[in-house]
Amino acid sequence: MTKVVEEKREVTIVFAGDSGDGIQLTGTQFTNTSALFGNDVSTFPNYPAEIRAPQGTLAGVSGFQLQFGSVEVFTPGDICDVLVAMNAAAFKVNLPRLKKSGTIIVNTEGFNPKSLKLAGYEASPLEDKSLEDYRTIQIDVTKMTQTALVDMGLGKKEVDRSRNMFVLGFLYYMYSRDLSPTEQFIREKFTKNPLLIEANIKVLRAGYNFGDTSETFTSRYNVKAAQLPKGTYRNIMGNQAAALGLVAASKKSGLNLFYGSYPITPASDILHELSKYKNFEVKTFQAEDEIAAICSAIGSSFGGELAVTASSGPGIALKGEAIGLAIMLEIPLVIINVQRGGPSTGMPTKTEQADLMQAMYGRNGEAPMPIISANSPSDCFDAVFEACRIAIEHMTPVFFLSDGYMANGSEPWKFPSTASLPSISVKQAKERKEDDATFLPYKRDERLVREWALPGTKGLEHRIGGIEKEWDTGNISYDPENHQRMVKVRAAKVAKIADSIPLQELNNGTATGDVLVIGWGSTYGVIKTAVSQCITEGISVSHAQIRYIEPFPRNLGELIKGFKAVIIPEMNNGQLVKIIRDRYLIDAKGINKIKGIPFSTDEIITAIKEAEETVKKA
Amino acid sequence: MATETIDIQLTAKDFVTDQEVRWCPGCGDYSILKQVQSILPDTGVKKEDIVFISGIGCSSRFPYYMNTFGMHSIHGRATAVASGLKIARPELSVWVITGDGDSLSIGGNHLIHTIRRNFNMNILLFNNEIYGLTKGQYSPTSPEGKVTKSTPMGSLDHPFNPLALCLGADATFIARAMDRDVKHLRDVLTRANDHVGTSLLEIYQNCNVFNDGAFEIYTDKGSKVEEALFLEEGQPLIFGADNNKGIILNSGHPKVVRLDDGSYTADDLWIHDSSDRYKAHLLTTFFDNPSLEGHLPRPFGVFYATDRFRYEEALKDQLDLAVDKKGKGDLDSLLSGKNTWTVA
Repeated sequence: MTKVVEEKREVTIVFAGDSGDGIQLTGTQFTNTSALFGNDVSTFPNYPAEIRAPQGTLAGVSGFQLQFGSVEVFTPGDICDVLVAMNAAAFKVNLPRLKKSGTIIVNTEGFNPKSLKLAGYEASPLEDKSLEDYRTIQIDVTKMTQTALVDMGLGKKEVDRSRNMFVLGFLYYMYSRDLSPTEQFIREKFTKNPLLIEANIKVLRAGYNFGDTSETFTSRYNVKAAQLPKGTYRNIMGNQAAALGLVAASKKSGLNLFYGSYPITPASDILHELSKYKNFEVKTFQAEDEIAAICSAIGSSFGGELAVTASSGPGIALKGEAIGLAIMLEIPLVIINVQRGGPSTGMPTKTEQADLMQAMYGRNGEAPMPIISANSPSDCFDAVFEACRIAIEHMTPVFFLSDGYMANGSEPWKFPSTASLPSISVKQAKERKEDDATFLPYKRDERLVREWALPGTKGLEHRIGGIEKEWDTGNISYDPENHQRMVKVRAAKVAKIADSIPLQELNNGTATGDVLVIGWGSTYGVIKTAVSQCITEGISVSHAQIRYIEPFPRNLGELIKGFKAVIIPEMNNGQLVKIIRDRYLIDAKGINKIKGIPFSTDEIITAIKEAEETVKKA
Repeated sequence: MATETIDIQLTAKDFVTDQEVRWCPGCGDYSILKQVQSILPDTGVKKEDIVFISGIGCSSRFPYYMNTFGMHSIHGRATAVASGLKIARPELSVWVITGDGDSLSIGGNHLIHTIRRNFNMNILLFNNEIYGLTKGQYSPTSPEGKVTKSTPMGSLDHPFNPLALCLGADATFIARAMDRDVKHLRDVLTRANDHVGTSLLEIYQNCNVFNDGAFEIYTDKGSKVEEALFLEEGQPLIFGADNNKGIILNSGHPKVVRLDDGSYTADDLWIHDSSDRYKAHLLTTFFDNPSLEGHLPRPFGVFYATDRFRYEEALKDQLDLAVDKKGKGDLDSLLSGKNTWTVA
């Protein structure tokens, strides 16, 4: 029978199953294929902390949500159009995300009595009338996969492992997608095992053909390529973009990259990525702990390399004392915090923005340092590059804040060429001759920046350390006047960076109006979507996403004055809002979500409307 | 050392800074500083190629008094800082200055990991068995029962045996010296510097304010001959007044014997061989409390020295190999990745 092809502007799918079901891989493949096809995409992997959580349980559900569209998409979607559930638990956890009349695709084998019991169902929900609002497609994926692979001589485990390919093939049919990018991926992944290449491709095609020949559903969908700005794109995840940004900064500064790190979720992928780039002179050092990770980076920076360390909240806490040392030494260092739910161990695989105060104030003594945050997965590239530039050009440690949401999320990236990237200027102190004046390690230029004096350079022998420095000479000093002067100059040096960063621009809306939504970090996409929608509805609202948090852009105060109300959504209990209130003495209102998951567009829209109403009443 | 030699002969004076040395008068650190300054000119390494890195504690003020590059870092972390520096700049001569609290208590983790990686650096562990800078608490090397400010009824901590610990972490060079035997100290410092890999030199250092005389039994002329055993390569283990005692290996166990009563001669004795790891292990166990009857003398000198690959060199080899295999990294192809699409 002929099937109708329906056009869709954007579609949100959530893939869900056991953490061993290959859900992340399935989602990533669908994303890459859609991106290559030309859709705009935005993804949100959501997985448990346990590597192999007990099978079939609610706690073990791994999810991968993605939105793809023929228009620009800024979030992985609030409500899903399609739910793919490999078992009853995955179904139960994700059903609330599905819109009424949405499509459910289930593996019926995952609804056997045992699976139902593990998910806490007394009877199968598939036979329940409550599903009448949805369109349910029931497939015995396990059996179909086994049938496709019969006579291949594979064990049950290997057969079951390729079930995800059946589902993927089926969805490729449903959304009129090309199988070849995934087939290519399979060939590369299993280079050493031709049998597995054959098996996976067979199952992928079986899934596709099943869609074509079965009569279980009557429509296919087409999501046209998006009209993104002209250029060449690739799909990229946040941690990957951060790694590339570091390599790019190394190239543009001419300094070798040193990356000292201790494994921690969700930052480890940067280490994995960078460890592959040894032919770029990238040195990765997996240290014995978080403290050694940053201290080795300090040693490397003292030796003249582009030094970077990365972690997540708990690891950053351990690095605190050493960050203070880097501030005293006034040497370049980039500290990456891929934030996760806290405090303490908190929720390692869930996202949060609750380490801003830690970055800002989490050290002993007066210890100011610049803070830069990225807005989205691909923006991690630019933001970390900028963090490196500031660290090197201003001789200071710099915080780069990312979070689990953007670190693991992905989106299309119009990647730059090497030539188009700004160069980073490195100023190192020159060799001294016998008659030259004595080298003064803490002598500053007009930006209050001292010189980088590398070991091995004749005549620059000097000693530095964590004890208060004497002005110019850097010798130990306990002089009261000197300490006050040094504390002030270290703060002034950081403040002066504002002269070299761009002014704050509005990401949406007019320069004056009723409501200004200020965001930072990965809330960019959802705020952008919500504000656009409110503007369409005639609400006077604008959006400013702050990337430079310390120091703030010079014009931020002026910009804020143009609005009657300021609201600040954050995935924390109110942190940027406190800093904004402190700096600009305004009655900014915090919109806070601390659930380990990102805001939905509706939540932001509601907050904007409430703020607008308050303005109107006043 | 990989560094090039100098044309002008430096002297100890060239390594002295304009900073006033601020250890307590009579502190053992003065002697160590002087011996280090005096051996450096003979190493042939240029001043600007030498870096001293310390942690926190009395000994960690050391870099301020050395006219080289230096960093006074944070408590316990000097070895970690030095590791990063060696990775960045393998050609530099790097010295870590640390104390018993700095390296064995707060920095114990970094010490063992640095040792197993075998970076080419020298670690001078000033052991005075006390916390001096914080004014007299017991340290991880203080003996059991030590009465200090924080242990009025005596310490309950069993002390570390630093050389045994370091050998346990697969150190490629371990040695012991003392502040008051300056010639011996200079010799061992030179050997530590010559060793390619991590050299761990424990130096018994007297804190005359908070733990005066802790090592007097090994330094005092009267008791030294009976209590200190000086290890010499290829020579039998002999000590005592008129060299009247020696050590034999009796079924694998060390035993003190007399050489003056006709029962043993020097030919029967244990011959020191610093390449023998098993003997080195045994030597580190010569750690008895000297007040015990029948205790073994405390060895001084180089216990063990062996050659093993250095982390920083192996890393460099991997970088070179990666370039050989993949070619020098091309940023543009890295940025574009394998799968791209174009919006026209």
